[in-house]
Amino acid sequence: MTTHYLVLSALLFAIGGVGVLVRRNAIVVFMCVELMLNACNLAFVTFARQNGNLDGQVIAFFVMIVAAAEVVIGLAIIVTIFRTRRSASVDDASLLKY
Amino acid sequence: MGESITFWVLAVVSVIAALGLVFSRRAVYSALMLGVVMLSLAVLYAVQDAPFLAAVQIIVYTGAVMMLFLFVLMLVGVDSSDSLVETIRGQRFWAIVAGLGFAALLGLGIGNTLIAAPKGLAVANQNGNVPSLAELIFTRHVFAFEVTSALLITAALGAMVLAHRERTEPKPTQRDLSRARFVEFGRHGKNPAPLPGPGTYARHNAIDMPALLPDGTVSPLSVNRVIARHEAEEGTLAPEVAQILQQEEEGK
Repeated sequence: MTTHYLVLSALLFAIGGVGVLVRRNAIVVFMCVELMLNACNLAFVTFARQNGNLDGQVIAFFVMIVAAAEVVIGLAIIVTIFRTRRSASVDDASLLKY
Repeated sequence: MGESITFWVLAVVSVIAALGLVFSRRAVYSALMLGVVMLSLAVLYAVQDAPFLAAVQIIVYTGAVMMLFLFVLMLVGVDSSDSLVETIRGQRFWAIVAGLGFAALLGLGIGNTLIAAPKGLAVANQNGNVPSLAELIFTRHVFAFEVTSALLITAALGAMVLAHRERTEPKPTQRDLSRARFVEFGRHGKNPAPLPGPGTYARHNAIDMPALLPDGTVSPLSVNRVIARHEAEEGTLAPEVAQILQQEEEGK
């Protein structure tokens, strides 16, 4: 079964990666990043069972904490950008280019 | 046997939901799809002897993170759908090619590896999953645990600083607002009264029914533009409302 879980994890990770590249709405891009983090967590949990120790689960737990912190900051940044530019599209926030 | 049935059902559900997350036009649908993926992953954790992580996944992800996403979606505007204009030519195509290639690479790599039968967590979990995890977190990983507490405090502070807005002018009072409304009325003839609610003078009081003026015509002020747009997409927009909106478009 380990192989199945890992392939599922890889598939979800790839789908999330495509989403990050394809979507323009910053919030949806963020959701795709969350999907990729979740896929990694699945791999960690699977490896924990494969190796018979709980380190993988501990790491997955820490990943969840970091992801929660990241979502909070990221969404706050999106709200701040939306407030000044009236848009949540990643294409509009290109002022640093000029 | 039971595990593989669970796995196949949830694998199909989660992959379809993940595809829906990437390819649905409306951001709220994407959020709901993400919720489906997270719930099915929680069940997969539970199947793999990780009941604590399954609970945390449901509480933290489907509870807190999804709520935050939906909250910000409502704040930023639900109808802010994606623009279909590509800023980099061919980006979509190449992104999908890259994704397929990456999935194939990882999938084949994993598929070709010879993986022994899993050792299982029966020994590691013999004192219960939560006590065993707690032992690891508070002994070997205690430094990382302390650092995460600092991280969480920093994140909370950072969110407050980023979302806080300093008010540069005094808050307008009710008197100021009323005065501004009548100044607007005197200059541009804008209606100073509140907008008529939908369906105010009509026979229905549903939100998508326009208010009728005394002569029986539709009051364009009462038409909710977001709902009208959705109805026009679905083809259920009432003809008189469509006519009013069209006249208004031409008037501009």
